[in-house]
Amino acid sequence: MDEVLLRSLTPRVLAVLVRRGADFAAAEDAVQDALVEALRVWPDGPPRDPKGWLVTVAWRKFLDATRADAARRRREDRVEEEPPPGPAPSVDDTLRLYFLCAHPSLSPASAVALTLRAVGGLTTRQIARAYLVPEATMAQRISRAKRTVSDVRFDRPGDVATVLRVLYLVFNEGYSGDVDLAAEAIRLTRQLAAVVDHPEVAGLLALMLLHHARRAARTAPDGSLVPLAEQDRSRWDTALIAEGVGILQAALARDRLGEFQAQAAVAALHADAPTAEETDWPQIVEWYDELARLTDSPVVRLNRAVAVGEAEGPRAGLAALAALDASLPSSRLRSSGGDPIPRYTAVAAYLHERDGDLAEAARLYAEAALKAPTLAERDHLTRQAARLNARRRGRRDAAGLRKPSAARPRAT
Amino acid sequence: MAKYLLLKHYRGAPAPVNDVPMDQWTPEEISAHVRFMHDFAARLEETGEFVDGNALAPEGEWVRYDGEGRPPVTDGPFPETKDLIAGWMIIDVDSHERAVELAGELSAAPGAGGKPIHEWLEVRPFLTATPGITECH
Repeated sequence: MDEVLLRSLTPRVLAVLVRRGADFAAAEDAVQDALVEALRVWPDGPPRDPKGWLVTVAWRKFLDATRADAARRRREDRVEEEPPPGPAPSVDDTLRLYFLCAHPSLSPASAVALTLRAVGGLTTRQIARAYLVPEATMAQRISRAKRTVSDVRFDRPGDVATVLRVLYLVFNEGYSGDVDLAAEAIRLTRQLAAVVDHPEVAGLLALMLLHHARRAARTAPDGSLVPLAEQDRSRWDTALIAEGVGILQAALARDRLGEFQAQAAVAALHADAPTAEETDWPQIVEWYDELARLTDSPVVRLNRAVAVGEAEGPRAGLAALAALDASLPSSRLRSSGGDPIPRYTAVAAYLHERDGDLAEAARLYAEAALKAPTLAERDHLTRQAARLNARRRGRRDAAGLRKPSAARPRAT
Repeated sequence: MAKYLLLKHYRGAPAPVNDVPMDQWTPEEISAHVRFMHDFAARLEETGEFVDGNALAPEGEWVRYDGEGRPPVTDGPFPETKDLIAGWMIIDVDSHERAVELAGELSAAPGAGGKPIHEWLEVRPFLTATPGITECH
């Protein structure tokens, strides 16, 4: 039995049933029943048209289940009147499923789970493993999501931005367990890009490809983070970069700029630089200006400060950072725990180091490490602080301020 | 989604409002408390937010490496220590606000007199293993 074929057919069959008016949960049950039947029958006599076969059987299963439910009699009358299946407009069907799974009534976590299940065709166990939660928890999350959308009247496509946000969330989960979620997100976004003509869909696909292209170079063999400037650029995937840049250029030519296209443009400028020194920082600053206009997000302005620091020097970067401080309510900067803006302190540390203030930079790196959201980032920032502290000790020793034997008694 | 560890401290931080040792409760009060914990976990399982949880024995000990070829050094148990933890639960929620909200609900578990014990819970986010899309500059 061809598992890849079944996995690619499942969402399409599900989409046909949903289009014909089956509610989501009932449609999924029917498709599951049809798959079980396929596993039983196909080895002896594989159908010529596997999708047609699955649609027919799933639809029959759905009707059986609906008939058995007396309360749904009226609805059954309605669906029975539907014309018999002809050549299915599968393009629209799949699209409908994307929008249903990313419905605004679902929480982001539910939308992600449902999309992976219904559109991606992953099993509940695979999704649970990828998100490191028990299978029972993921099963509940998915069945709640199905209940939430079961009453949604779905007669017109929803908001593309919602679908893109869900796919972006999947991509950002990276990979763990036996499913590579970044690759899965790319697969689904490719599929979406094939059926919906929207520059932001292309922008997101380009962004994912450009980031994915750098994946191999982003971590050292021991799992530690390698900053962009220090990455071995020969390990970047040039085919993915070329594809991403091509998709982005076509999207930009349509002159309907959006957030993902602008982010992809920044990623493309990084990918395009043969060495870190040759990065076109002034142009990156311009793209961050566009992004700030589109989103007004503090994270964007933080990244802009980094770019300004590279384009015009660390003092200018620190000034951009100070302007960001002034525009934020003080409570958002002083809140305890995590950084109010992710990586804010790390950026401040980096700019102070480039400005030559090693003491302040080391202090800020150590502070940023405490606020880091990931283990790899925390270790990276701790190493940065340790590196600067070692350099400062070396300087003092060289200046005769401190004898080498008078090492500091406690670990730094 | 982010995972959080909810740590139920015995008596870390300031004293809870309804601070009566459990052995002074009535058996019914203990049953009500246990049922509350159970229902809480079951409810989170249904919302798809439950990851794991368990109670811990009140007594533990400190263990330390003591050099090549020597058995580890142990010390304790420390029944009086302020660091003891009664149990823990791991949740997987959409936001930090949701984690705090759930910890608040868990802290309302009934104690002596059937009244909420207002116990302190420590809420600690998990660090994730894989970096996301952002790069270090």
